[in-house]
Amino acid sequence: MTEILRVENLKKSYDGFLAVNDVSFSVAAGELKALIGPNGAGKSTCFNMLMGQLKPTHGRVYFDGKEITGHKPRDIWRRGVGRTFQITGTYQSMTVIENVQMALMSHHRRIFTIGPRAWRLYRDEAMELLKTVAMQDQADRPCSVLAYGDLKRLELAIALCHKPRLLLMDEPTAGMAPTARVELMQLVADIVRDQGVSVLFTEHDMDVVFAHSHHIMVLNRGELIADGNAAEVRNNPQVQEVYLGGGTLFKEDTHA
Amino acid sequence: MAFFLAQFLTGLANAAALFLVASGLSLIFGVTRIVNFAHGSFYMLGAFIGIYLMEILPGHVGFWAAILLTGVAVGLIGAITEIIVLRPIYKAPELFQLVATFGVILVIQDLALMIWGAEDKLGPRAPGLRGVWRIFGEPVPKYDIVLIAITPFILFALWYLITKTRLGVLVRAATQDREMVGALGVNQAWLFTGVFALGSALAGLGGALQLPKGGADLLMDFNIIGEVFVVVVIGGMGSLPGAFIAAVIISVLNVFGVTYLPQSTLVLMYVVMAVVLIVRPYGILGREEVAGEHGQVGAPEQPIRPYGRTGILAVTLFIAVLALVPLFAEQFVMTLIVDMIVFALFAASLHFILGSGGLVSFGHAAFFGGGAYAAALLVFHTGTPMELAFLFAPLAAGMLALAIGWFCIRLTGVYFAMLTLAFSQLVWSLAFQWRGVTRGDDGLVGIWPSDWLNAPAPFYYFTLILGVGGIVFLRHVIHSPFGYALRAGRDSPRQAEAMGIDVKRVQYAAFVLAGVMAGLAGGIFVFSKGSVFPTVLEIAESFDALIVVFLGGVKTLAGGVVGAGFMTGVEDWLVRLEYWRLLLGLVIIAVVILMPEGIVGTLRTLWRRMRNDDEEVVK
Repeated sequence: MTEILRVENLKKSYDGFLAVNDVSFSVAAGELKALIGPNGAGKSTCFNMLMGQLKPTHGRVYFDGKEITGHKPRDIWRRGVGRTFQITGTYQSMTVIENVQMALMSHHRRIFTIGPRAWRLYRDEAMELLKTVAMQDQADRPCSVLAYGDLKRLELAIALCHKPRLLLMDEPTAGMAPTARVELMQLVADIVRDQGVSVLFTEHDMDVVFAHSHHIMVLNRGELIADGNAAEVRNNPQVQEVYLGGGTLFKEDTHA
Repeated sequence: MAFFLAQFLTGLANAAALFLVASGLSLIFGVTRIVNFAHGSFYMLGAFIGIYLMEILPGHVGFWAAILLTGVAVGLIGAITEIIVLRPIYKAPELFQLVATFGVILVIQDLALMIWGAEDKLGPRAPGLRGVWRIFGEPVPKYDIVLIAITPFILFALWYLITKTRLGVLVRAATQDREMVGALGVNQAWLFTGVFALGSALAGLGGALQLPKGGADLLMDFNIIGEVFVVVVIGGMGSLPGAFIAAVIISVLNVFGVTYLPQSTLVLMYVVMAVVLIVRPYGILGREEVAGEHGQVGAPEQPIRPYGRTGILAVTLFIAVLALVPLFAEQFVMTLIVDMIVFALFAASLHFILGSGGLVSFGHAAFFGGGAYAAALLVFHTGTPMELAFLFAPLAAGMLALAIGWFCIRLTGVYFAMLTLAFSQLVWSLAFQWRGVTRGDDGLVGIWPSDWLNAPAPFYYFTLILGVGGIVFLRHVIHSPFGYALRAGRDSPRQAEAMGIDVKRVQYAAFVLAGVMAGLAGGIFVFSKGSVFPTVLEIAESFDALIVVFLGGVKTLAGGVVGAGFMTGVEDWLVRLEYWRLLLGLVIIAVVILMPEGIVGTLRTLWRRMRNDDEEVVK
């Protein structure tokens, strides 16, 4: 399997405190991979370094064989990495479909265009994307009135605009109702399968993680303590120690 | 050497009052997030009330008691102002309160004129401190030495109040997180009133304390407010020691400036502020502003749409009526409409970066006046034909925006506002003090249009086509991908960067475009008046534009234009009355309180309520 993302010896220190300590891993093409760990383990810090929001203290990040360490978020996005945030940052003053159109305008490099009306551009394309996340019925509602779960789905549609080869999703289901979580992750899994996108995501809901991910990594206190498939991670004594203080971890029968 | 020392001491003494006023402003801003332009007015009130009290309270004790009582009195006036004017509008959109405080300035100005008259008053000497002490042979006023001696105590007292008392804890907590303080059971309304009263009292104290060195006059409110903002920004918003250091720097620099570089005095402090902000974007001791703190108050903005068929029809009809005006109206009506259109274009250009970009510029007059001066200078010195010189107005303003924007765009929020203010003051002082080229406040006169335009009706059409054309063009840009990208960067910079938008570059381009359009307005202006004076570059000109944008409604596209029309009309009518400032101030305050979404925004909400639309599905 070809490698789409490779991370080597990534470190981030704040005044001597190592938020992320010597983390190395890779994500294969077409893979759905989870990064889990307790609060404060360094997951979001890791993500922010991958996408360029934070500069690593040490280490390198390669996307598709080319180094992207320390590049700006917008440059990394242009290379084909999409990102959704833990707290959504959609444009409140635009409608749902305009949010998608905005991303499409950026993708087609029309940001500095002043000729056409923006809301006429790429509307069909945007509607197709909204259909993949089942948001087409709400296309013309103002973004500011959406329910939280719908915002998350909208964010996913936006992230798919430039046909990314890698999608970074920071807690995609946080704050959602349990059934909605499963639906959203099923949607992501379908997209991975249909479009060949690779997804790296962080998550707290273990049902979601074990039901959908091909591989799981566990981060604790800034260090990577496990990287493998569900069974390997489940039986890893160090992981059990972290999560349950030594008890048995996670039921075998995960439900989809 | 002794002379240097004496100069330095004078500077230190001047810093006392400045620090008092600045710390008051800093406190108010820190807790309530209100940029209180009326702060200078409280300083002025302090001076007038101080003189009155010193007259009726004689002797040593009376003098100092008068100063303290002045503080109490101005504090009370501040509290009343806060309760009546500001309390109803804390939920209004970003920086809307700023406009209300501007109304307060106007009201206080005319009230002071009514009560104390137009004459300048000389401050009484402090009893027992009339003479000078000789320090290394140089005379230093005794009162100066006393001021220098008590300033550290004032700093210490304030520091103690803020760091050691319960009120101080609440104030600091509210500075960081207002909502949380409210959730913990603190009565926010009274905390705000208390802080506002305290801040006003400090301004009043400053006004009374400087009396023996100066006096009281009706211009001191505007004279100090610029200086105070500079001090607060250089020191870092919300930092008392920072304000102290900055007050000393500015006061000492001013004293030396007067001696060695008299022509630089007007601009010196703005140069210092610009340098500090470029090196340290949040002031000497300030901390980075929390993003979104200012922008996200009030209801979210509605998605925009170009006018539908009815809207276009209405606007076309309106323009058609305007086009017919020369056929029946008298000349003064045409002049008034030309003024309205020029101001509307100027306001629309500010509204473009402020509304869509979220960039609150306090110095937009630099581009309006810059364009006007560019054209006027060409005509005046080289006799360039009007057609060519006119083209030069937007061009020069654009170049100016290119230069100023390069420094300003990297800052955000109130720091961006202050740096734009600093640069516009630089441009103003050039026009004011580079007499050889600009003729200073004599202005440039005889700047008339070419013959084919030099009559009321042709120039009216010239203005109508360019002015309305400019406004329509700006509206079109707002609806274009570029305008959308600008709004995206305002709504969520993080998201915009994560979808490939270079937010700062988009803002820079928008800033330059706004500058070009303001310059176009300036070009029309100079040929309609036939002259240009440094007043077009003044802070007041920038604020006029800000006020109409807010009055019209920031979150509505027509806001700037409607606000400008409203304001020019009201002003034209009011200035015929004696106390027109008082009335204008009251009108502004009334609009702010009664129409918190601005004129257009409130009318739209009413319209929607009448039709019972809860949520507008944009189609």
